[in-house]
Amino acid sequence: MKVLFSGSLIPISTVLIFIFSIWYVGTILLNSPFQKDVYKRKGVENYTYSQLVKDTMSQKRPVLPPPHQVLIELWNSTVNKKITSKRSLVYHAGITLSSTLLGFVIGSLLGIILAVAIVYSRTCDMTLMPWIITSQTIPILAIAPMIIVVLSALGIQGLLPKAFISTYLSFFPVTISMVKGLRSPETIELDMMKTWNANGLQTLLRLRLPSSVPFLFAGMKIGIAAALVGAIIGELPTGAVSGLGARMLQGSYYGQMVQIWSALIFASLIAALLVTMIDVIRLSTLKRFGQLN
Amino acid sequence: MTKVDVVNIDNLSLVFNTNDGDVHALQDIDFKISKGDFVSLIGPSGCGKTTLLRVIADLQLPTSGSIKVNGKSPERARSERDYGYVFQSPALFPWRTISGNIGMPLEIMGFNKSERKERIEKNLDLVNLLDFKNKFPWQLSGGMQQRASIARALSFDPELLLMDEPFGALDEIVRDHLNEQLLDLWRKTEKTVVFVTHSIPEAVFLSTHIVVMSPRPGKIFDVIESPLSADRNLSIRETPEFLKIAQRVREGLRAGHSYDDEK
Repeated sequence: MKVLFSGSLIPISTVLIFIFSIWYVGTILLNSPFQKDVYKRKGVENYTYSQLVKDTMSQKRPVLPPPHQVLIELWNSTVNKKITSKRSLVYHAGITLSSTLLGFVIGSLLGIILAVAIVYSRTCDMTLMPWIITSQTIPILAIAPMIIVVLSALGIQGLLPKAFISTYLSFFPVTISMVKGLRSPETIELDMMKTWNANGLQTLLRLRLPSSVPFLFAGMKIGIAAALVGAIIGELPTGAVSGLGARMLQGSYYGQMVQIWSALIFASLIAALLVTMIDVIRLSTLKRFGQLN
Repeated sequence: MTKVDVVNIDNLSLVFNTNDGDVHALQDIDFKISKGDFVSLIGPSGCGKTTLLRVIADLQLPTSGSIKVNGKSPERARSERDYGYVFQSPALFPWRTISGNIGMPLEIMGFNKSERKERIEKNLDLVNLLDFKNKFPWQLSGGMQQRASIARALSFDPELLLMDEPFGALDEIVRDHLNEQLLDLWRKTEKTVVFVTHSIPEAVFLSTHIVVMSPRPGKIFDVIESPLSADRNLSIRETPEFLKIAQRVREGLRAGHSYDDEK
């Protein structure tokens, strides 16, 4: 932990301060037209600038909520709510997280299987690869409702359809990096396997797969973040009632920007947590196989 | 006693078809290697010495001519694991310990666990690396890594050892030391060795037979049978006999246009 954070405290806080400053300036600029309207309607004419600034920070439905409003909302909807409550962000995050992880596991396995097929069969390379790339050019927002509608027509509902959207987004980086990883052994290493008369399976298990481990983790790091995005998007078009995506959707129905922003920030915190989790697994794996001092 | 041919090459040629036309990597190669020989292939880069070694190992197919390894086709010899191959770089697998690396060919060939353990220890002992068996490759020096890769090539006890410039990347001090160890190992194990090098002292010091090759097209220019006794050490390099052979190798290389500028 010390290694991870040493030396990064000052750069990180500098960036944070910079972001918060811009955010506050934006809050004042975006919220003051409404505030001026309020003053006009109430007949308040000689308001001071500092009063205006103060009032833009505490609107009930601001266009852009200031950071502290979002943080207070975050605090209230996590620590101050029971986890089982429908208004707890932790509850909603749990729903989203379960389909994220399920979709990610399926996506990673699919990615590895596809990569092995592509590396070992020229036919698969020629036929699958173009479609895999095409799949990612289709806007996920367009395809997500179709997946959910089609699957529900087939009687599949609940966690799985959302997880499939996560799979759809997360298998891609895993496939691409695994293809590169499985092809990473050098000629000399492949020749060596040949001098031992190793068969295809032995070469896969003892040379290609171990060589691809660093590539796999790089792909999974991108994949797990994409899986979270997929799960949130999967909640948007279906009018889901729970999950971080549903929370954002409700917020936009009722003009609750504070709610949207807090869900958004909570989602990015979870993404950071997931990526860190993959990194911790990566480090311990490399350590176990002696590739880290 | 008639000597058994381990390698028998007859009128062998190999042509690479490249975009710039045909390249004659090997032309009309004729030679035999008997059991227990230590044969060095020496010549400048591009003379086909590594290609010839790869043909013996069935990593490359000749265009014409015939080759037999242990009386069989190279492909059969390879599938029956008749030879061990040591590459230019140690190429140890970084995710395995030293003993895990030595055990890799044994796992592939289906030796059971206790047999693997026994062979790993025996061969690590042979190259003086027993104390390092649980280390990972990056924890060893370059010379030690190459010794480990020799132990790996010997682990399944092949009769024939093919070595492609195994010490080329090492400094002279380490190389001298490893040359002595290799000679000692050869005497102990009585293997047949084919050794590719471009160092004259190395070739003369190690070999019972020195094959001088010339480039463009790759041909055998001279085959020198060494009169030096098998029981030799590094000080032999100062003797007149040694210098005489080295002189003959150098003349062979010169007459084979090995020192000409590339045209």
